[in-house]
Amino acid sequence: MSGLMTILIALAVIAALGYAFRLAGQKLTNNAPMFRDMPYAVAFGYMLGLAVILWAVWTYIKAQFLLPEAEANKYFYFVVAIHAFIIFSVAAWVFRVFGRAVGTAGTRKLFRQMPLTASFGVLVILVYAILAIFAGVLAPHGQEEVFAQANVVPGGNPALGGDPAFPLGTDQIGRDILSRLIYGAQNTVGIAFVTTLIAFFVGGSLGFLAATLRGWLDQFLSRTVDVLMAIPALIFALLLITVASAWVTGWGLTVAMVLIMALIDSTRVFRLARAVGMNIVVMDYIEAAKLRGENLSYIVFREILPNATAPLLAEFGLRFCFVFLTISSLSFLGVGIQPPLADWGTMVKDMSSFINYAAFAPQVSAAPLLAASAIALLTVAVNFVVDWMLHRSSGLKE
Amino acid sequence: MNSVLKIIAQRLALGLLTLFIVSIVIFAAVNLLPGDFAQAILGQGATPEAVEAIRTDLGLDQHPVKRYMQWLGGALQGDLGNSFAQANFASFVGDDSGVRTSVAQQIAPRFANTMFLAGVTAAIAVPFAVTLGILAALYRNSVFDRATNILTLSSISSPEFFLAYVLILFLAVLNPWLPSLSNIYDGMAFSERLEKTLLPALTLTLVVTAHMMRMTRAAIINLLASPYIEMARLKGINPMRVIVRHALPNALAPIINVIALNLAYLITGVVVVEVVFVYPGIGQLFVDSVKIRDIPVVQACCLIFAAAYILLNLTADILSIVSNPRLRHPK
Amino acid sequence: MSNDAFKDAETLVEMKGIWMEGRSDEDWHPIINGVDLTLRKGEVLGLIGESGAGKSTLGLASMGFCRDGVRISKGSVMFDGIDLLAASSEEKRQLLGKRIAYVAQSAAASFNPAHRLIDQHTEAPIQHGVMSKDESEADGMELYRKLRLPNPDEIGFRYPHQVSGGQLQRAMTAMAMACRPDLIIFDEPTTALDVTTQIEVLASIREIVEEFDTAAIYITHDLAVVAQMADTIKVLLKGDEVEEAETREMLSHPTQDYTKSLWAVREFQRPQKPAVITGSTPVISVKNVTAAYGKIDVLHDVSFDIHEGRTVAVVGESGSGKSTTARCITGLLPPRIGSIELDGNPLPLDYRKRDRSQLQKIQMIYQMADTALNPRQTVGDIIGRPVEFYTGLTGKARRKRVEELMDQIELPASQFIDRLPSEMSGGQKQRVGIARSLAAEPEFIICDEVTSALDQLVAEGILRLLADLQDKLNLSYMFITHDLATVKSIADEVVVMKDGDVIEQGPKTEMFTPPHHAYTDLLLSSVPEMDPDWLTNLLKERGVDNIGDAAVGKIT
Repeated sequence: MSGLMTILIALAVIAALGYAFRLAGQKLTNNAPMFRDMPYAVAFGYMLGLAVILWAVWTYIKAQFLLPEAEANKYFYFVVAIHAFIIFSVAAWVFRVFGRAVGTAGTRKLFRQMPLTASFGVLVILVYAILAIFAGVLAPHGQEEVFAQANVVPGGNPALGGDPAFPLGTDQIGRDILSRLIYGAQNTVGIAFVTTLIAFFVGGSLGFLAATLRGWLDQFLSRTVDVLMAIPALIFALLLITVASAWVTGWGLTVAMVLIMALIDSTRVFRLARAVGMNIVVMDYIEAAKLRGENLSYIVFREILPNATAPLLAEFGLRFCFVFLTISSLSFLGVGIQPPLADWGTMVKDMSSFINYAAFAPQVSAAPLLAASAIALLTVAVNFVVDWMLHRSSGLKE
Repeated sequence: MNSVLKIIAQRLALGLLTLFIVSIVIFAAVNLLPGDFAQAILGQGATPEAVEAIRTDLGLDQHPVKRYMQWLGGALQGDLGNSFAQANFASFVGDDSGVRTSVAQQIAPRFANTMFLAGVTAAIAVPFAVTLGILAALYRNSVFDRATNILTLSSISSPEFFLAYVLILFLAVLNPWLPSLSNIYDGMAFSERLEKTLLPALTLTLVVTAHMMRMTRAAIINLLASPYIEMARLKGINPMRVIVRHALPNALAPIINVIALNLAYLITGVVVVEVVFVYPGIGQLFVDSVKIRDIPVVQACCLIFAAAYILLNLTADILSIVSNPRLRHPK
Repeated sequence: MSNDAFKDAETLVEMKGIWMEGRSDEDWHPIINGVDLTLRKGEVLGLIGESGAGKSTLGLASMGFCRDGVRISKGSVMFDGIDLLAASSEEKRQLLGKRIAYVAQSAAASFNPAHRLIDQHTEAPIQHGVMSKDESEADGMELYRKLRLPNPDEIGFRYPHQVSGGQLQRAMTAMAMACRPDLIIFDEPTTALDVTTQIEVLASIREIVEEFDTAAIYITHDLAVVAQMADTIKVLLKGDEVEEAETREMLSHPTQDYTKSLWAVREFQRPQKPAVITGSTPVISVKNVTAAYGKIDVLHDVSFDIHEGRTVAVVGESGSGKSTTARCITGLLPPRIGSIELDGNPLPLDYRKRDRSQLQKIQMIYQMADTALNPRQTVGDIIGRPVEFYTGLTGKARRKRVEELMDQIELPASQFIDRLPSEMSGGQKQRVGIARSLAAEPEFIICDEVTSALDQLVAEGILRLLADLQDKLNLSYMFITHDLATVKSIADEVVVMKDGDVIEQGPKTEMFTPPHHAYTDLLLSSVPEMDPDWLTNLLKERGVDNIGDAAVGKIT
């Protein structure tokens, strides 16, 4: 209860400060429009934001410099989060500066308009792509290689149970976590990417066909998709995987899962492609092409497709995130990507019990969170880029 | 008013039809594949008796259409059949007396638990998300808006289990405020039950709030750009009244839509979160059944999830029809 | 009404050296460059200019209001001694709605769909404490009556979507009047309306503004409209003031070249061609066409001929079936009954059944050049495709032909051939659309409202170009338009349509001289003329009950 009281008192103080802040602003700036027309809620918001920042700075200083190590352990992840935030921001900023200086005039212009979040996204996607493509070269060990030392603590500090040979430690049966994380980029990201590509190929072509031809084909496809979309994606995937698992195992099940996810996702792509296609089909230039006597393939490939690339590209990013997260969830539930492939979702599942050591040995609990944040980081990055793309395309219309 | 009723009746009929077809899809997905299903489920090592027991239990000797009618008829009366795991177990023991628990009995208490979890989530998430969404729309492009944009994007991008473990890390392990396992049983005091449900509910809240907030924001911004809002401002109406009297009545439909869509989204989230927190809900049962290929349970859970999903979408549809003045007051 | 009448009146609005900027991406670009504006009490100022001239922005600025992404960077706005730019938002709110009111272009979008008209009407008086709810409701009905809305006691209790566009526009004028403001800004209030509806709204706005002696700023792009409404006219061009003068003075003696050219637009008129020799085969013959969307007939027994080298203008208001007729000719909407003949031979009704030479002979130019040109193709490709498709020319030969065509539409190929549609102005895009149809070497071109999305000067250029091309290439045109000025300048024959029927047809000179069919007469008389006394005279002649929707009702 005292915690609640503290929060209430803090809020009351912030509320009073907000009032004082606005009043002082009005007096000091001689009623400048900014303070004069400031609603109270805004003043309160400023003070609340300030309080949060002060609390974060104070906690950081306390954890880094003031508290003894045993107590500071409690703030280990807080400090890591602050460091990560600073490192990522600086990296994104440096990357943007670099992008503005190097490359063609087009890319330089792109980087000039880019917000920091988007340049962060592009950077992360590039890093993941390199890791995924060159996993075999970059990973110090194989993904299935089992070593004698199991349960080595991440951090590489022998005093805490680490081993410099395994900078991120090993898992419960002695596989190198760093290598498995790097191979995970290849497997998890690669499989999600392939799945999304299949979904786009199937859903996209059927969607455009339905939009151009209309008639019974459109009716049939649209109604089918309506029904398939009435079952939530993850649920449907689990159902179909159950069925598939009665026939295939291991590698076969992974392939089956890819096909199942592609099928489910292609319904979403179909909807979008059809909607985008319909918007374009009603344009007069399509009518002009039809009246000229052009055939279907010319109309779809030369008139519709070039105008649909921008929305489709943004959608590809979003669909990729969705597929990637769903596959990770399936793996986490134990029915997604199957061993022996190293995969992030599976890694989280296998190592999740380590989290309970966080209070006294924070490094031990880092392993499952590393795999989970590897998933989150990529989706955040893609979402940042897509958000910027959507913002740009909506801005251009105005 | 008549035309509204007609449209609603149409939507209801359409919803029922969709549910019917979905049930066919669920049934067909499991039943129309080639091969001996009973054998495939039990593997090569199964005794012929066990295979035979499953086969009779499924009625595999009967025509699929007849089986479907029986299954659907049963489902409508609340009889979802018997679980394979139980049938399998019984056949091994040699005691097929029919006293084993049915799927319905297995699901009922878990269904209540899941509804409780969803209810707690909705109670936290809906007011929180709508308020944040409206604030972000009102102060768009401000620091607040940009910060919430980044936060919600990150939250949407994180898999549910990541958020769950982060919350466990901070709220259960590092600061032992809440229990990290949700072992709920019958006859538990409400407050204790709530305490145990809070962490899974908070995880779901994070995911759902982010979606809901972004959609609310988009809907409100879209609305604020409309000429009648500009007109209200040009009439010298004070900002609060512009929001309450001019924006809100028109925002109702989109906001209701957003809420219903996100509650539907909860269904997917529930599965993973229940597994992480070992919450005895329908999602956990579903995943367990998937792993042991307990087809009747999988079918039943699937049907329930799909029905809830269709129902929520239908509700959104109908509420937005009702709140549309053009339909409420026909020409 | 001469400007002198206001010389002694007090100044109401004084804008000095207004510079305004709009934001695109991160940059601010100028919209208004140092314009002054003075408005005295009771005076009506007409602000005219083409699209993008900054009229609306300036109009809103006179209320101390800027839309999102627009700002006043320099200058001052004084309203009755109050500095609107320095005033707090609270002070401004006290003025808006009470002493300054606004009438928007689209009444349908500017009324809140969730509330009844009368509740929106009474909102400002109640909120500003001017009247009680009952008083304001009674006053609202009185205003509705003055504005000649049908059922004035009842119409306020309807929702916006239950009332027609012209009536909504008058209800919005009533709403602006609710607090008896000193100033009303009319932002293109009749632009979205048909001519016969427009005239009613114009008459009622003018009457009520005069009755309450309200000062007004009337924003429009239509010279003839502003001539009826304003005491003084100010002309804007791309954010700069061109000139300002008293209305009659401005109409008779414009001083600036730009203003003169605007006035001159209305003078372009092509001589009518001699009558067609009887018995000659028409290029296109529409025979007894009845067509339907779904089960509802939208065209009833439509017949007319278009002869070689002639222009037939098809005139009518929105929903009259002019565009549907075009869709029947092109084969996009196969008629239910009747036939289309090309050079005396019947065409297959569905375009998919027509052969390439039949498709080639009928071409179309669209109203919106933006949607008519594929935004991802260069001008060279847009024009080159039909060249290649119909004549089989490729490579250098194709390029040469494209250059010839671009020469014909007066766009230098060297400069434009590699451009995308987004890199051209509206008029240039429309020229590319013309070139695309010429590339097929057609006999007959359908021009669907080709000039209505363009500013007047640009539109005139397009009309002249089309006339020249017709003479050079012996083309036949079907000219779909709602603008009678366009008909006067380019047509040889006129077909008047209403509700899917042909009301009247014949040579232009006959059509523009009485006696007319009653509807043609109404249509002709509703088109505003540049004469400032036109509306006054018309009302005197016909009476208030014989204009607009009321008159249309009487005909059918």
